[in-house]
Amino acid sequence: MGQNPYSPHTDADRAAMLARVGITSVDDLLAAIPHDARRPAMGVPAGMSEAEVQVHLERIAALDRTAGAGPFFIGGPVQRRYIPAAVPVLALRGEFLTAYTPYQPEVSQGTLQAIWEYQSLLSELLAMDVVNSSMYDGSTAVAEAALMAVRLTGRKRVVVANEVFSQFRQTLATYAKGPELEIVAVPSRELAANAAGAACLIVQHPDAFGTLVDVRAIAEAAHLSGGLCVQVTEPHANALLEPPGALGADIVVGEGQPLGIPLSFGGPHLGIMGCRDALVRQMPGRIVGQTVDSDGTRGFVNTLQTREQHIRREKATSNICTNEAIAAITASVYLSLMGPRSLRAAARIGVARAHALASRLAKLPSVTIGTGAPYFDRFALRTPLGGELRTALLADGILVGEGIGRHYADCGDGVTIQCTELTTDADLDALVGAVERATARHPVARS
Amino acid sequence: MSSVPDDLRYSKEHEWVRVDGETATVGITAFAQEQLGDVVFVELPDAGARVRQHASLGVVESVKAASDVYAPISGEVLERNAKVIERPELVNAQPYGDGWMIKVRLADKGELGALLSPDDYRSHIGEGSAAAGD
Amino acid sequence: MSRIRFETGTKTELPALEPLLFELQQPGRSGRHVRGGDEADALIPAAFRRTAPLPLPELTEPQVVRHYTHLAQLNYSVDAGMYPLGSCTMKYNPKINDRAASLPGFADIHPHQPDETVQGALRLVHELQELLAGISGMDEVTLQPAAGAHAEFTAILMFKAYHAARGDAKRRRVIVPDSAHGTNPASAAMCGFDVTTVKSDARGNVDLDALTAALGDDVVGFMLTNPNTLGLFEERVREVCDAVHRAGGLVYGDGANLNALLGVARPGDLGFDCVHINVHKTFSTPHGAGGPGAGPLCVKKPLAPFLPVPRVIRDGSGTYRRETMAEHPNSIGRVRSYVGNFGVLVRAYTYIRTLGEEGLVETGRDAILAANYLLALVREGYDVAYERSPMHEFVLTAAKQKRHGANALDIAKALIDEGFHPPTVYFPLVVPEALMIEPTETEPKETLDAFADALLRIAKRIETDPQSVHDAPVKAPLRRLDEVAAARKPVLRYRPA
Repeated sequence: MGQNPYSPHTDADRAAMLARVGITSVDDLLAAIPHDARRPAMGVPAGMSEAEVQVHLERIAALDRTAGAGPFFIGGPVQRRYIPAAVPVLALRGEFLTAYTPYQPEVSQGTLQAIWEYQSLLSELLAMDVVNSSMYDGSTAVAEAALMAVRLTGRKRVVVANEVFSQFRQTLATYAKGPELEIVAVPSRELAANAAGAACLIVQHPDAFGTLVDVRAIAEAAHLSGGLCVQVTEPHANALLEPPGALGADIVVGEGQPLGIPLSFGGPHLGIMGCRDALVRQMPGRIVGQTVDSDGTRGFVNTLQTREQHIRREKATSNICTNEAIAAITASVYLSLMGPRSLRAAARIGVARAHALASRLAKLPSVTIGTGAPYFDRFALRTPLGGELRTALLADGILVGEGIGRHYADCGDGVTIQCTELTTDADLDALVGAVERATARHPVARS
Repeated sequence: MSSVPDDLRYSKEHEWVRVDGETATVGITAFAQEQLGDVVFVELPDAGARVRQHASLGVVESVKAASDVYAPISGEVLERNAKVIERPELVNAQPYGDGWMIKVRLADKGELGALLSPDDYRSHIGEGSAAAGD
Repeated sequence: MSRIRFETGTKTELPALEPLLFELQQPGRSGRHVRGGDEADALIPAAFRRTAPLPLPELTEPQVVRHYTHLAQLNYSVDAGMYPLGSCTMKYNPKINDRAASLPGFADIHPHQPDETVQGALRLVHELQELLAGISGMDEVTLQPAAGAHAEFTAILMFKAYHAARGDAKRRRVIVPDSAHGTNPASAAMCGFDVTTVKSDARGNVDLDALTAALGDDVVGFMLTNPNTLGLFEERVREVCDAVHRAGGLVYGDGANLNALLGVARPGDLGFDCVHINVHKTFSTPHGAGGPGAGPLCVKKPLAPFLPVPRVIRDGSGTYRRETMAEHPNSIGRVRSYVGNFGVLVRAYTYIRTLGEEGLVETGRDAILAANYLLALVREGYDVAYERSPMHEFVLTAAKQKRHGANALDIAKALIDEGFHPPTVYFPLVVPEALMIEPTETEPKETLDAFADALLRIAKRIETDPQSVHDAPVKAPLRRLDEVAAARKPVLRYRPA
């Protein structure tokens, strides 16, 4: 005994506890377990001291190339952005991190007020009526938005743009297998023409390649045919671009990781989901509401819970229970530290760097940037190397986005280049030089 | 003990019906609202919708429970009670009065025969008849 | 938890514990976390520029720090005290796990990086897949699901694909016990299936006769939590699984209560076709005020072809890579972006490697002993829902207290005044006035004693002065909150007066 360093029981404690129960061994409590299944070997190596486990993990972590170790242009739904020092210090305090879902509001006001403030901050940023307290990530938020539109319209056809992030579209396709929805994928420019009979049109703006999309026209087309407009957004773009609520979107979803949450190899992140007031009873996920206690003091509680699985069971809006609350609190701390000024600055720097970089790259022979349409803080970079440019640049220690041809239909090939406030002038120089060398080496480019 | 007015007909799912010529008014019983607790939300069909006997016509919710309201009779919805949607607490305060839910043009008066009498409903909810002096 | 109200000098809309960010802010105040980029505005065409106001609060860093510090002090947490929520396994969350997740090699890597630049992360994921297979007694593991409910959805969708691959399209029903978590029927419904509920028998097991009657060739599968939500081991678990299999169905293991089985028995040896693991319960990762968790799904070989992609494999040369959809044509696809809630999985891996095989064995046994000990202490004051030795948690009923005019909720609120977080109340639904108590293995005996004393004191108080518990809590930051008003006129965000 004494094998679990977090178990406080001494042998004397255990003996006293067994005596109180009136048994001599825990085995006496396990009679219901089939004999041949008892005390299985699990194949787990022997335990380690805290110091040993720290060294072991440091060695494994050292095998990874970190984003900050060199020029880094990967982005998309997950973005390397500056995280103010106070963000983890506050959001990861044990009082938040080691609390449960706030089912006992009298002793959970910290969580509840922080989440209600998150809902408020995101509602302002997105200009939407209401935002829930989080979904798992951007991809599941997109899938749940489609299911919500299906419930609201009674239609089973969902039209999604090809230029929505590939992970989001693939997750949507998986979720659609449950209720057997028809998923139709078309280029963004053809969404409006496919509105007839659709529960919703799903548009991303800025899209996967940073291109700005006319959401208003798509929302109008959806509404004219009795469907809904679902807009996939990203947080920083809303600091500079007209927000979804002002563009006619009925449901807005997106990946909230850029709001102060570490890259962490893809999770845990933050699924953002908001909608118009009239639709809130079909929105999945927990929602916090304001009220008062019996003394008349302001307080907050989980509300509209009859939408949820613990009450409505098979008739619930979703099965979601555990969500990403601490990520929502993190986003809230991030936005309150950044304020409108630093948030705008972060967004602007990404835009400025991306455009500066694009204009330098465009001067290289056999390089094409984007589609000619306006873009935000990332763009498609096309060269004769296609997606292989990625491998060529990696040899120079430069990381760029995924090959386009592998993940997107009808979007050509190439790589995506993302800039943020952490992209430096030296990074730009390194990328321009490396692209020039890589394309110059390539036979097609030379000819 | 829950009130069960003598001039109404009842369903086993705890709805009441008041018939006036071709029109029926529908609500949920005092017993039902007591079981549910403070009603916070009522969802009802629009005028013009058709309801079918025994099929769900809407939902009433408390903080910790949601319950379908079943149509005790079939017909076309003539009116839904806008006041009860705005102030769901009327279901608790006046289940047989201002807490009514919809008015329906009866499709088949014969369906009324399948409903419970006040006495039958009292025994259905285990409260015996008023005459028995429980 | 603090009952001190910190003076900020800020006027609030209502009497309040702490002003809102929006009440603390002043235009013109803000830090300088990022600056520059002014040239960007001209690069965005006017038609796309934001014209809507952006009324985010403007605050200095010291204000923000105090605000969240005050809010944190209003919370009860595992770091502060015993949190005996049944079904939630609120054990201590070791700090080394958090530090491991924040190592730059884990926290500062992007999911779109090429495999060759993230060999450490992929190795950890692969090792964790193998460890969880061994712990659960299953063959293959996906780490993708973000939570237990997400794993349920993943598995039921895989069941659908499994039956379809056999050309069996008539199966439309999923069976769940009446004691099941609400997520079980909700997950089945999301997969497009109907739900049939079967009752529990007098010993708190699945009623085998009722289950047999419900089974048929239209049944997709059966979802079972074991130990079940009453904290009881299913005494005829193999017969239950056999009956489902005979009907052509599959058995889903809801692993919410796996803490009780660590080193005691493996779901894979009991007849289950798959089981999920709530690492935020069993493997000590923090619940995060509601999330994130992670819900790895462990399956037997016949289900493996349908697992989501990507998973991580190790090739002959010892390098790791993420598999593609093309390698798994029968996969249901991805159920989310990327390989899973990696930061949470690093914590779980750290915990498992810290404890090792023997530590995990001790964990399961200590959790069971703690629950049985606590039950022995409190049973003189409360009725027990089922008279059997529980596993890691037990369910009391406040039926006796109800006759004195106090219910389970009153007891929960009275416990707050005693300095404890309340247990789970009103669940499972099959027990009236349920109090579901899970002490976990990390509470010392003296804390268990103190908790039992508090529960017994409350029981006495209810006998003599039931009214007093109706007023509880009086020592928490707030009194009872008006949930009816919150739901009738929802105020879901700040709007300036």
